[in-house]
Amino acid sequence: MRILYFARLREVLGSAEEQVEPPAHVTTVAALLAWLRERGGAFASELAEGKRFRVAVNQTVVNADAAVGAADEVAIFPPVTGG
Amino acid sequence: MTTIRIQTDDFDLASELANIRNAPNAARIGAVASFVGLVRDSNDGSSVSGMTLEHFPGMTEKALADIAAEAASRWNVLGCTIVHRVGPLKPLDQIVLVIVASGHRGDAFAACEFIMDYLKTRAPFWKKEVTPEGARWVEARESDDTAAERWNR
Repeated sequence: MRILYFARLREVLGSAEEQVEPPAHVTTVAALLAWLRERGGAFASELAEGKRFRVAVNQTVVNADAAVGAADEVAIFPPVTGG
Repeated sequence: MTTIRIQTDDFDLASELANIRNAPNAARIGAVASFVGLVRDSNDGSSVSGMTLEHFPGMTEKALADIAAEAASRWNVLGCTIVHRVGPLKPLDQIVLVIVASGHRGDAFAACEFIMDYLKTRAPFWKKEVTPEGARWVEARESDDTAAERWNR
């Protein structure tokens, strides 16, 4: 699974992109975020429940209960500020 | 005809408008509404000397195409152009252009405003501005969410 980070989250998490192999029970966005939070540090604080960020799976914004799998591209980013 | 471009270069409203007037269906167009967004020299109480715009290549184009399609499903849209700049920008620079051509002005005005409201809340762009206190990421505004939500009432 490929994970992309953008803008402020890219900076505070210190990563623009990474390839991960989550355990088998990670089948939803919520489970993926919980697994990433287990890393502690900025991942635990920035991806905590209640924090304002968005998740896109294969370039479509989804909710926490959306499915994710090994072939998916997941993007995690702050609320958008274009225009 | 829908045109969507993400670019670092500046854009020219007159030439984009000419493209719409030269399209095959142009004789049916009775109204064109346009919006141009500029970089302001202040934000949230700080002076802003410049900013950098980041985006999510691929998703950005898809999100803007979806927004343009949604506008065309709600109003009579005979032509639509969306141009958004990325990279370093300074005060007074043009950031974003939306042009909507329609049979009549009501649809052109409404669709243009709708596209901007949705772009501000759904298209994956992020601004980092330079202030005397240092560089900072611009926070999303609740007023932008409110502006986008009114189209669903």
